[in-house]
Amino acid sequence: MTDAPRFARPATRPADVGLAVTLPGPLALDCGRSLSPVTIAYMTYGKLNAARSNAILICHALTGDQFVASDNPVTGKPGWWTSMVGPGKPIDTDRFFVICANVVGGCMGSTGPTENDPATGKPYGLDFPLITVPDMVRSQKMLIDHLGIEKLLAVAGGSMGGMQVLQWAASYPDHVRAVVPIACAARHSAQNIAFHEVGRQAIMADPDWHGGKYAEAGTFPSKGLAVARMAAHITYVSEAALQRKFGRNLQNRAALSFQFAPDFQIESYLHHQGATFVDRFDANSYLYITRAMDYFDLAAEHGGVLADAFRDSPVRFCIISFSSDWLFPPSVNKQIAHALNAVAAKVSFVEISTDKGHDAFLLHEPEMFDTVRGFLNHAATDVI
Amino acid sequence: MSAVPQNLRPDLAAIAAMIRPGARVLDVGCGDGALLEHLVATRGVDGRGIEISQANVNACVARGLAVVQGDADTDLADYPAQAFDAVILSQTIQATEKPATVLSHLLRIGRRTAVSLPNFGYWKVRAALLVGGRMPRTRSLDYSWYETPNIHLCTLADFVDLTVACGATIVEAHALEESGLATPMNPRRLTHGLLGPNLSAQGGVFLLKKA
Repeated sequence: MTDAPRFARPATRPADVGLAVTLPGPLALDCGRSLSPVTIAYMTYGKLNAARSNAILICHALTGDQFVASDNPVTGKPGWWTSMVGPGKPIDTDRFFVICANVVGGCMGSTGPTENDPATGKPYGLDFPLITVPDMVRSQKMLIDHLGIEKLLAVAGGSMGGMQVLQWAASYPDHVRAVVPIACAARHSAQNIAFHEVGRQAIMADPDWHGGKYAEAGTFPSKGLAVARMAAHITYVSEAALQRKFGRNLQNRAALSFQFAPDFQIESYLHHQGATFVDRFDANSYLYITRAMDYFDLAAEHGGVLADAFRDSPVRFCIISFSSDWLFPPSVNKQIAHALNAVAAKVSFVEISTDKGHDAFLLHEPEMFDTVRGFLNHAATDVI
Repeated sequence: MSAVPQNLRPDLAAIAAMIRPGARVLDVGCGDGALLEHLVATRGVDGRGIEISQANVNACVARGLAVVQGDADTDLADYPAQAFDAVILSQTIQATEKPATVLSHLLRIGRRTAVSLPNFGYWKVRAALLVGGRMPRTRSLDYSWYETPNIHLCTLADFVDLTVACGATIVEAHALEESGLATPMNPRRLTHGLLGPNLSAQGGVFLLKKA
């Protein structure tokens, strides 16, 4: 267990990141470097049964963290997936032992650019090695081994979490029974990469970024990070939902101001999204994790043939997509199902009708809950 | 033949009897998965499904079945040739946009193709139109003409013509009575004058292969 303070931004850093373990490593990274030791901050919910057969790993998305089903110590808000994970919920913590770890490269206690480099005693900043989705999954496997779990009942997650889920199935098919990739893709598209690059450029254009050494400079690139979040947030919601919620409604005024102060409700909403984000997330982590998503291409590891990533896989797949998700549209999710079909893997695929866009996986979507509950209940038959 | 659960639809029971134990099976339009589950439980098949309704897919997933939400009219092209021992299309062909294309894909994907369909040549249907003068509504096709998903209804004789057009050979054919009884029929003798299964059967079940 680690006990040293690991955060340089006192006002927003959690004193308590839940559980944490420092493993000797080395964690070999795709970039050729390695990390040792490697700290993984995580949370668990429910009880591991005697047979150690009821463990479900949840993989978080780009800006998520290990607080999937309990209050977040930074924001004080409920966990990010309390609708899905908890007692009596589809991922039922009365039955299942749920694990969620902060990804390597993150900023909630796992080894990442905000942590001190053991070689220098200063925060890594941009000296932190580039990490990939496979690197994240390798570190999670180290955690699962550390917890003494030979085979996970399931791995589930949305967006970047879904990418990790796919990677788990491809890398460790004998260590997971069932996987639930939600609203994701087997590779990041040109459009996905483009939006991420806008965000990264916004951060790096902020004078307070200081080449990534803002901790030493005593600053924080809040403006750049907020713009990155604002641009990204647009991609998480559908055009129809934005129109329904905001339309051209004016914010606290009866008429246009003929100034650049926010006239429209959608502007205020985006500003709010940006402002709350910088209070909980690190700018360099944002650079690193967006890059990990950009680099994700599961087929590339297998000679360009996605199906080959899953050949002879004993894993059961349940792929969930949302009709109005334009970041990872149903067609892209379905390509994964087609690849799995081509190698006769056991795959189910659903497309849930909603106007809530990509973020639907985090929201109240009863059909998604039914899908996950039914799939996991059956996967657990004969096992727990 | 293994025991058939009471609730399994007669045409599904007739199809189930055509499937070899341990076969790889794709059920296109698999509904809530009743047939697939039955085939897995009683014949140990390796089953897959395609189903258009989200609620039905959820029901299948809860049964532990591997089912992809999709549309027979658009999704079959993505399945490799000869990937399955048997492909099933039960009470679905009449609801497809392009029955000939769908049937051609089924014959390509599966070594055998089992099709069940309602018979629009059934005497009660003919009588409803002849006497009533309005588009018939039957127990199994209980829709008004303007809201029915069954846009390509045909008679058993029409369907046999389609199998010829698609280059299929009929391996087995059964007439389905209203009682649920399935009796073997000769697909080349569906009509004897006015009589024959094309008039007397409520539906039909065919096992096809590529000629």
